[in-house]
Amino acid sequence: MSAVTKKDLVQAVSDETGLTQIDAKVVVEELLESISEVLQEGSSIEIRGFGTFYTKIRKPRPARNIRTGETVPLSERVVPLFRYSAELRDKIDRAAKGGPIEPIFLEV
Amino acid sequence: MANVTKKELVERVSQRTGLNQLDTKLVVETFLDAVGKALQSGRNIEIRGFGRFKVKQQKAHTARNPRTNESVKVDERFKPIFEASNKLRDRVSETIMKDR
Repeated sequence: MSAVTKKDLVQAVSDETGLTQIDAKVVVEELLESISEVLQEGSSIEIRGFGTFYTKIRKPRPARNIRTGETVPLSERVVPLFRYSAELRDKIDRAAKGGPIEPIFLEV
Repeated sequence: MANVTKKELVERVSQRTGLNQLDTKLVVETFLDAVGKALQSGRNIEIRGFGRFKVKQQKAHTARNPRTNESVKVDERFKPIFEASNKLRDRVSETIMKDR
């Protein structure tokens, strides 16, 4: 099955909320931009029932250029990560094993 | 380090778009709900410039409890993962390192 794209998600938001696709797209893009911005600021985003976006410092380590075999230093860097909430992880596991598809937020 | 909640995220988005907070909250929740439901139906989500949410199948295997050295059976399970896009990785890494 092909991957779900931003366009598909915008369509779903538009269908559910009644916003036009253009308006839904703007809000979805600003949401993704806001998450990226918060991560850039060094903060994390915790969304109950969904998961946490956070950043982590990776220590510097020597790496190897696979093509040349040369050792190059990889400096200290910050990486963006996401940890799924236990609830969502369980829902995905249950659904993959034939269970029902459950909503993430009760009010939606 | 500060932790931003869904409420604060909704406030940020609302400020950027001019859409009121109540409607913004609905969009944010509907969006996350759509992501969660797609994953539950076995589909991966690919958002250009942001990242991929996907589900990896982990085969049943025997693991060892490092403390007791006991063997434990781990059933087959479906593990969701997130891969940040290169763009997001670069953004996060550049800005934060610059601030140090």
